[in-house]
Amino acid sequence: MTALLRPPARRLGMRARRRLSRGAAYLVFAAGVLLVGLTADWGRLADAFFRWDVARDMFPGVVTTALVNTLLYTALAFAFGLVFGLLLALARLSPVAPYRWFAAAYVEVFRGLPALLVLFLVGYGIPLAFPDREIPGGVYGSVAVGLGATAAAYTAETLRAGIQAVPRGQSEAARSLGMSAPRAMMSIVLPQALRIVTPPLTNEFVSLTKDTSLVYVLGVTAGTIELTKYAGDVLNQRVNATPLVVAGLLYLAVTLPLSQLVRVLERRAARGR
Amino acid sequence: MVAVRIHELHKSFGAHEVLRGIDLEVSGGEVVCLVGPSGSGKSTLLRCLNGLETATSGTVHVGDVEMTHPDTDLDAARRHIGMVFQHFNLFPHLTVLRNVTIAQQRVLRRSRRDADRVALANLERVGLADRARAYPAQLSGGQQQRVAIARSLAMEPALMLFDEPTSALDPELVGDVLAVMRSLAEDGMTMIVVTHEMSFARDVATRVVFMDEGRVVETGPPAEVLRAPRHERTRVFLQRVLEPGRDIELR
Ligand SMILES: Nc1ncnc2c1ncn2[C@@H]1O[C@H](COP(=O)(O)OP(=O)(O)O)[C@@H](O)[C@H]1O
Ligand SMILES: [Mg+2]
Repeated sequence: MTALLRPPARRLGMRARRRLSRGAAYLVFAAGVLLVGLTADWGRLADAFFRWDVARDMFPGVVTTALVNTLLYTALAFAFGLVFGLLLALARLSPVAPYRWFAAAYVEVFRGLPALLVLFLVGYGIPLAFPDREIPGGVYGSVAVGLGATAAAYTAETLRAGIQAVPRGQSEAARSLGMSAPRAMMSIVLPQALRIVTPPLTNEFVSLTKDTSLVYVLGVTAGTIELTKYAGDVLNQRVNATPLVVAGLLYLAVTLPLSQLVRVLERRAARGR
Repeated sequence: MVAVRIHELHKSFGAHEVLRGIDLEVSGGEVVCLVGPSGSGKSTLLRCLNGLETATSGTVHVGDVEMTHPDTDLDAARRHIGMVFQHFNLFPHLTVLRNVTIAQQRVLRRSRRDADRVALANLERVGLADRARAYPAQLSGGQQQRVAIARSLAMEPALMLFDEPTSALDPELVGDVLAVMRSLAEDGMTMIVVTHEMSFARDVATRVVFMDEGRVVETGPPAEVLRAPRHERTRVFLQRVLEPGRDIELR
């Protein structure tokens, strides 16, 4: 009995062992950094990725055309996704069964398809199927629908969750004041639901910003070019990777502050406003 | 004038029959206190009165409107029936003032100015005109409930329903809410109040209705029902409610 309770013989105490393993982790990391630092050819790296003259030549076009178009495509697709997603969310919660079925099927299908395939479908499939009609707005319209169709599926699920997160008592109070069901939804429930889902919607916006890099498959012109295609073109011309770094930094200039905003909003929501 | 007429009202949730044939008439200007054990169907009865629940069978008339008729425009009927909830259900994204004006504007189509004027008068009445710009979360529970009352009153209802309006409040905040309800009663408002506040029932009610297991067990003036209940079940309930040490007592 006493033998069982006696602690096993140990050369080191628990605390010392923990300190040692932590120290080893730092050591491995430092060794890795050192290895990369000593073996990399810094001159060639700088030449491939950080050529000042290549970067300078991209301005102002990379901002005034490419970044502006990226933001425009994002905004259009997001707006389409938000409006259509809201309709889908309301259909999903409708008392009319076929609406519910349609919305559920749409969400399942479009969340299961690659965004690029949907973009192809809208950009090339629809013109083939309806040769005498076209989506207004040219490539802008096609992007709004092509990326927005996928975004709508995600937005619909987000909004539905938000609507359902608003306590029942809210719509009951609105109804008992004489508001019709749609009026109560619009004036009382939706404003609260939108607040609840602002963080996930912002994340959706960030995803869309990145997805606009697919737009080049629709065949863009000098006027409708976005960041990734713009950087790719300069890459080909100059046989240098600096444009990718510039484009990357511009993407991050948009997405990082938004991700940060999401974190702030979530922290505020967690504190219970 | 008969304000509310309930006839043979039944309500089931699935196989569970919650209301088992309620007959009750309430005249204009009456204050009826509904008492009874938890789960006896008091809330369900109240919610059948304004159509938040659909009756399984039987009829409910409020004024001339048959609430249980399938062709009745319930939205229109509810404008004249105020309802106050246990958990206030104020709109948290709107200021106190907007809470009181939004239905006036969206439902009664009053102008912003008229709605504001009516709202401020009603907030004044519940003693909260100075908090018009606050948000509900910045108010105490008692203040929130008084705003909820003002919100209903702004629609100029002919009937007010209260579902345990003070049950969610800290004891020291109950008095202010009851005082507002008392003044409403003095002004002649027709009220149906679900409550465990026996002192309110004793002092303000014109009639007390005791419910148990989905039925009206007994009804009468508060002095009779509360002091000398005829039914054993009423006696047992009142004893439990009035038992010292419980937070509900007959003061
Ligand atoms: N929406 C509902 N679905 C199913 N059962 C319900 C619903 N609302 C109330 N009930 C049931 O009806 C019974 C009476 O409830 P309620 O009217 O709230 O009683 P009270 O207000 O007297 O406490 C309870 O057993 C409750 O569980
Ligand atoms: Mg209840």
